[in-house]
Amino acid sequence: MTASAATPPRPGVEQLSRSYADEVARKRRRFLVAAAVFAAMVVLAGWMAEVDLALFFRNIHKFPNYIGRIFLLDSGPMAGRFVLLDVPGWFWGLGKWLKLLADTLLIAYVATFLGAVFGFIACFYAAGNLGASHPVSFCVRRFLEFCRTVPDLVFALIFVMAFGLGPIAGVLAIVIHTTGALGKLFYEVLENVDQKPVEGLVASGASWTTTMRFAVLPQVLSNFLSYALLRFEINVRGASVMGFVGAGGIGQDLMEAIRKFYYPDVSAILVLIVLTVSIIDLVTERIRHHFITQVG
Amino acid sequence: MGSADGGYGDIENAALRARYAKVFAPPGWNGRLLAATALALLVFGLWHLGFSPTRFFNGLGSLGKLIVLMMPPEWGTTDTLLRFLKSLGETVAIAFLGTLLAASFALPLSLVAARNTTISQILRFFTRRSFDTLRGVDTLVWALVWVNVVGLGPFAGVLAIAISDVGSLGKLFSEALEASDQSAVEGVTASGGARLHGIRFGLLPQVAPVLIGQCLYFFESNTRSATIIGIVGAGGIGLELTEMIRTLEWQKVSFLIIMILITVSIIDKLSTMLRGAIAGSRTPPN
Repeated sequence: MTASAATPPRPGVEQLSRSYADEVARKRRRFLVAAAVFAAMVVLAGWMAEVDLALFFRNIHKFPNYIGRIFLLDSGPMAGRFVLLDVPGWFWGLGKWLKLLADTLLIAYVATFLGAVFGFIACFYAAGNLGASHPVSFCVRRFLEFCRTVPDLVFALIFVMAFGLGPIAGVLAIVIHTTGALGKLFYEVLENVDQKPVEGLVASGASWTTTMRFAVLPQVLSNFLSYALLRFEINVRGASVMGFVGAGGIGQDLMEAIRKFYYPDVSAILVLIVLTVSIIDLVTERIRHHFITQVG
Repeated sequence: MGSADGGYGDIENAALRARYAKVFAPPGWNGRLLAATALALLVFGLWHLGFSPTRFFNGLGSLGKLIVLMMPPEWGTTDTLLRFLKSLGETVAIAFLGTLLAASFALPLSLVAARNTTISQILRFFTRRSFDTLRGVDTLVWALVWVNVVGLGPFAGVLAIAISDVGSLGKLFSEALEASDQSAVEGVTASGGARLHGIRFGLLPQVAPVLIGQCLYFFESNTRSATIIGIVGAGGIGLELTEMIRTLEWQKVSFLIIMILITVSIIDKLSTMLRGAIAGSRTPPN
């Protein structure tokens, strides 16, 4: 009290602190409104997705049970014991599964190869800086967008009807998706090339193909290969579930094992897939580093 | 071309060749061998997977017929249209809740998994390995597992997307945390803040835009995953799509594909916009 009597009134400070409080209040109000909108969205989404927490907590014990159960042998003298106690019994179908796994890898390889080739062809027409006309690049871009927006399993479902059950449908589905994804990444790389070598070659009278070969490709090739390898990694994962719709690979056996409750088979196949995917990840990462350090 | 210029160009060519021998050298044996192996593997793969020209062109023919049957896209009665719209909403809801759930579990776990915030090295190791395992198993497999637990329907899809994304988001979050600047945290602890204060006021404000950007990116990609998760009975528009393909209602199939296309592009645009607004010019790695 004495302080307020001693100091003369300072309207500036009061005004400042008032407007500060206003600002803080406004920020808080805005945050509250945003939080309320977000909460409403969560509730709406929960209602649409039929989230049932009571059911969830009633049944959640089944989840660890399931995970535990796939690691228990279900037949033979060791039935009911942990799978590692009888590895040959656990991997009884190793030969068959390895063959299917090899199929899966081949599907991914062939599809990545073809998809990269198509993406490579398309990217020169989609890039805006290398002489493709505007309508052409617009159309090619929309086409690539279509290819990568429709999920590959949807293509696979349709191709299974046209080409019959088997890996052909899977390969074609992944080819289309890869073309779309790589085509986009490729043309983005092309649009970032250094234009000086291009101008140099054009100025000395080189044809379009020669310009691309000697001015553009050396700049982008390592990037392209790196992206293609990354895509190969993704496609191995994709190919491992193609079998879910009958489009070849190990997915078919995995789906069957899950649907028919062959518990230890589920874990055996999953272990094989996860191992393969990790090995491929490691190897491609090595190779990609090699490409990048070699050039850059 | 060189010969048309007469001798002069050839001399220059020869000089250039001599000076930049490495550039003009024919591809080495290693390169040729690699290319030959790659091509051989391609041919072997095509043969092994059953690509015969007859089968391929027959298939192409029937694919052409299917595409003709798909035209024009049509939804049938109003009832089916409403059903389609409902399952489309389900798809977006699955992606939204799945991403949200995954992010809310991934954030605390990533604090354990990041080198600079972890409480114990052993816990850190196990958290990272669990992230790898969760990520290694495909969303569709998780969906099948959750269908066993909570039954058929979109709820299983939400849980499937959530659990596989805890792995991916956890890894990305912990990498973002490790890449952050430590000086802010040191400032907070030096002025007497506890460890959690350091994380809350020194670390989180720094990484929040990156983390939110990654969440939006995953929401985008989860919308795609949620469209196919119905194939195994975990809700969303994939269920309708498989049903229409199985019953050979091709016009509805093309209509559903167009619906998927439009929704995914809208969500792509929205999330790119939001990411730009929140993270400034920073974009998350994809």
